[in-house]
Amino acid sequence: MNNEALHAYLTEQVPDATFDTSGEWLNVQVSVAAFRPLTEKLKKELQFNFLFCLTCVDWKTHLTMVYHLRSTQEGHHLVVKVNLDTQQPQIHTVCDLWRTAEFHEREVYELFGVDFLHHPDLRLLILPDGWEGKNPLRKDFDDPVNMIKL
Amino acid sequence: MFCLQPISSSAAKQAGFPGEVHETPGGGVVLSKLDDLINWARSNSLWPLTFATSCCGIEMMAVASAKYDFSRFGFEVARASPRQADVIIIAGTIVNKMAPVLKRLYDQMADPKYVIAMGACAISGGPFFYNTYSVIKGADHIIPVDVYIAGCPPRPEALLHALITLQEKIKKGYTREQIRQGSNS
Ligand code: SF4
Repeated sequence: MNNEALHAYLTEQVPDATFDTSGEWLNVQVSVAAFRPLTEKLKKELQFNFLFCLTCVDWKTHLTMVYHLRSTQEGHHLVVKVNLDTQQPQIHTVCDLWRTAEFHEREVYELFGVDFLHHPDLRLLILPDGWEGKNPLRKDFDDPVNMIKL
Repeated sequence: MFCLQPISSSAAKQAGFPGEVHETPGGGVVLSKLDDLINWARSNSLWPLTFATSCCGIEMMAVASAKYDFSRFGFEVARASPRQADVIIIAGTIVNKMAPVLKRLYDQMADPKYVIAMGACAISGGPFFYNTYSVIKGADHIIPVDVYIAGCPPRPEALLHALITLQEKIKKGYTREQIRQGSNS
């Protein structure tokens, strides 16, 4: 499937989605509510069987979840983005669709404080115990003991 | 005093052997101090610990490989156990979580033990000095360091130079404590 066909398919599925076609891969931005049903369709109908990157960006005004998907059968790619609220970032997990997300979501949980609903084991991945609630990759994170500010 | 026979004076000089050679008919006699001999032997057989925490480690591996080959200078075999190692080359970033592990490795090494801080990260936190919550600003906050090498990463030649510098330091024979006392008095 090429980017145009993906574009048409997504517009049909999520009418209020916005797109960025400037890059090599098609970027689609959807709402939190539309995200979970869409991912299920992407996996089942478009054979996106490989989640090769899952990360989060702090824009200060909001957070953006970024999912990079690839189909190893069809060879097509898609980047799905979802904006989240800074105060209460919540999104449905995708680790039941792509198992790799289990660790990546734990990482985003500890570094950005995103709450992944229905995640089977949402706890710290690398940070030592006691870091819950402090999210070091947030722009407003402060650590006066260890951090030297520039 | 320590005696060894027979050895020619030019061969002794070539090997950097400590002591004086007194030529006699049919050979020579070497006079040396046992301490100097021990240091000389020690400096030429330093086994590094297999320890690398980030990119500098790749450069360290290059120095161990055939092209640069630190075995030529007596850094024979990298040991996977701290109990068999003489020198620890801190090749890479040390983070807060790694610090206690580094300390434990150092404590497990048998005396005499030496430390080389390789690269900006090990010296001061380097590229991660500012705005980071996790990086130790210099491995010498954790364990004492004998030789520092600047660079990010240092060239293989720089590591070789640091290894030779460490050998020179060992041959001089002062312990860290003696050096500290000397500078205080
Ligand atoms: S000094 Fe540079 S090359 Fe060495 S570990 Fe740090 S960042 Fe990597």
